[in-house]
Amino acid sequence: MTMPFYVPTEQSMRDKADYARKGIARGRSVVVLQYADGILFVAPNPSRALHKISEIYDRIGFAAAGSYREFEALRGAGVRYADINGYTFDRRDVTGRGLANFYAQMLGAIFTESSKPYEVEIVVAEVGESASGDQIYRLTFDGSVVDEHGFVAMGGQADAVAGRLRERYRESMTMPEALAAAVAALTEPNGEEIPSTQLEVAMLDRKREHRKFRRLTGARLERALEESRAAAPSQQPAEPAEPGGTGTAEPAAPSGEAAPKPPAQPREEHPPTGPEGEGDTGSGGPVL
Amino acid sequence: MASQWDGSGRDLPAAFMNPGPFMNPVTSSFTDFVASYAPDLLPGRRPLPAGAVGDEIPHATTIVALACAGGVVIAGDRRATSGNLIAQRDIEKVFRTDDYSAMGIAGVASMGIELARLYGVELEHYEKMEGRELSVEGKANRLATMIRGNLAAAMQGLVVVPLFVAYDSERDAGRIFNYDVSGGPYEARGFHAIGSGSLFARGSLKKLYREGMSAEDAVLAAIQSLYDAADDDSATGGPDVTRKIWPIVAVITAEGFRRYSDEEVAANVQTVLDGRMGDPDGPTAPLR
Repeated sequence: MTMPFYVPTEQSMRDKADYARKGIARGRSVVVLQYADGILFVAPNPSRALHKISEIYDRIGFAAAGSYREFEALRGAGVRYADINGYTFDRRDVTGRGLANFYAQMLGAIFTESSKPYEVEIVVAEVGESASGDQIYRLTFDGSVVDEHGFVAMGGQADAVAGRLRERYRESMTMPEALAAAVAALTEPNGEEIPSTQLEVAMLDRKREHRKFRRLTGARLERALEESRAAAPSQQPAEPAEPGGTGTAEPAAPSGEAAPKPPAQPREEHPPTGPEGEGDTGSGGPVL
Repeated sequence: MASQWDGSGRDLPAAFMNPGPFMNPVTSSFTDFVASYAPDLLPGRRPLPAGAVGDEIPHATTIVALACAGGVVIAGDRRATSGNLIAQRDIEKVFRTDDYSAMGIAGVASMGIELARLYGVELEHYEKMEGRELSVEGKANRLATMIRGNLAAAMQGLVVVPLFVAYDSERDAGRIFNYDVSGGPYEARGFHAIGSGSLFARGSLKKLYREGMSAEDAVLAAIQSLYDAADDDSATGGPDVTRKIWPIVAVITAEGFRRYSDEEVAANVQTVLDGRMGDPDGPTAPLR
């Protein structure tokens, strides 16, 4: 048995990135999008207890795709970070930007220092006083941060979902319209509609007092889905390619290398370390 | 072991990650986390000067609480005193701690405000980490532990005692808990009052309280009892008609915490004042 004594940094980074991407792509997608009164999070999730979408602070929400164990650890860290900052200073002094930077440092350190990178992609969203104050940050496994506008799709078949969402997304949609767009984007073409028991839906509602984060569950979710079905026909995929999302507008990452294209790869404005590569077996551990 | 939190964000990740090096017994308590990470932020952990400081520091006084149909009402006067001086006329000493609970504080004002802030974060932190609210008993017990942690300071004159009220969804009723310097909780039936004017307020409530009274009646009774307290206790402030400073009144029901607006309280105060113009000692109880 021979042991390689030297692995070029480039090679090891590339291997880690491939590994992380594969893990993330095995899960299911999560969609985050702005609507008139806030930011909506939608994710197919068969579990009602293991959340992919969570509250971090008054105006800040969190959504994740990939390995549950890993993003749950990140979520806990984020809550601690936010609570201790809010307690040390003031509640207004906890910002989405601060939290995104905190996560970026953390993910970056884990990616470079540990042999196994985190197989997660997360979104940190902060709702503002008005739509112009909304912030959505997408963070990938290597700590890259992308400041997104309008909508984000990540995990699973992220490209396909983002494509469908782009066709349906408009600025200042109502909540039912936004929910309809998100559910349609998450549903495969000619596929069955996702039942409400398999959907996790939450929003940051800027009209709420104190804590803006609210989950839609049970009867309230049913009602919201009913309303969204009523709102849906008005905005079928009519005109293609709205200028909505800036970061998400490019269909695929210009990776610079002729890598074979896997079925799903994260679209990157700034591609994370290494090229997208197809590998054989995936990693262990459950993903959501 | 514990590093000092300086707000700069250096050396964060390890401390914030769940199975981190100094998060050995993992709990969902914010206070426990702060105690391990930045103990100096906690009240009751700071070195105290020798000797009592008692009277030079502003003190907050009377808080009353009474159960009503499907909820609980809490109210507090607005005066803070240091010795024989009125330190502040419009201090607020009733705090919303989460959607279904509130606390009022008597004793050293600064300690009380800090305690209420920490306690609010504590409740929210648990809720976010665990995905569920603490039980009413859990909330009451947690507050007792925090009060006990302040015992050393209390022995030197920095006494702070809370009155805790919460809506219990399992019973569809309001609950009232009181404490002493060494902790508690002691659950009160029907009504309770704390602070320097509590003797008079409690006597007043004894005659005014009816089991199952409506929230509106309970608010009126609370204002009557605060008037009686202010009447006989120099450290409790009555309604300040010229400056339009009214008691703080809040009601907690199944719909959550609601603080009465100044206009609503003013209307109730006016009713009390109108009655007392004819009968300065307030409503009389039937003799038999």
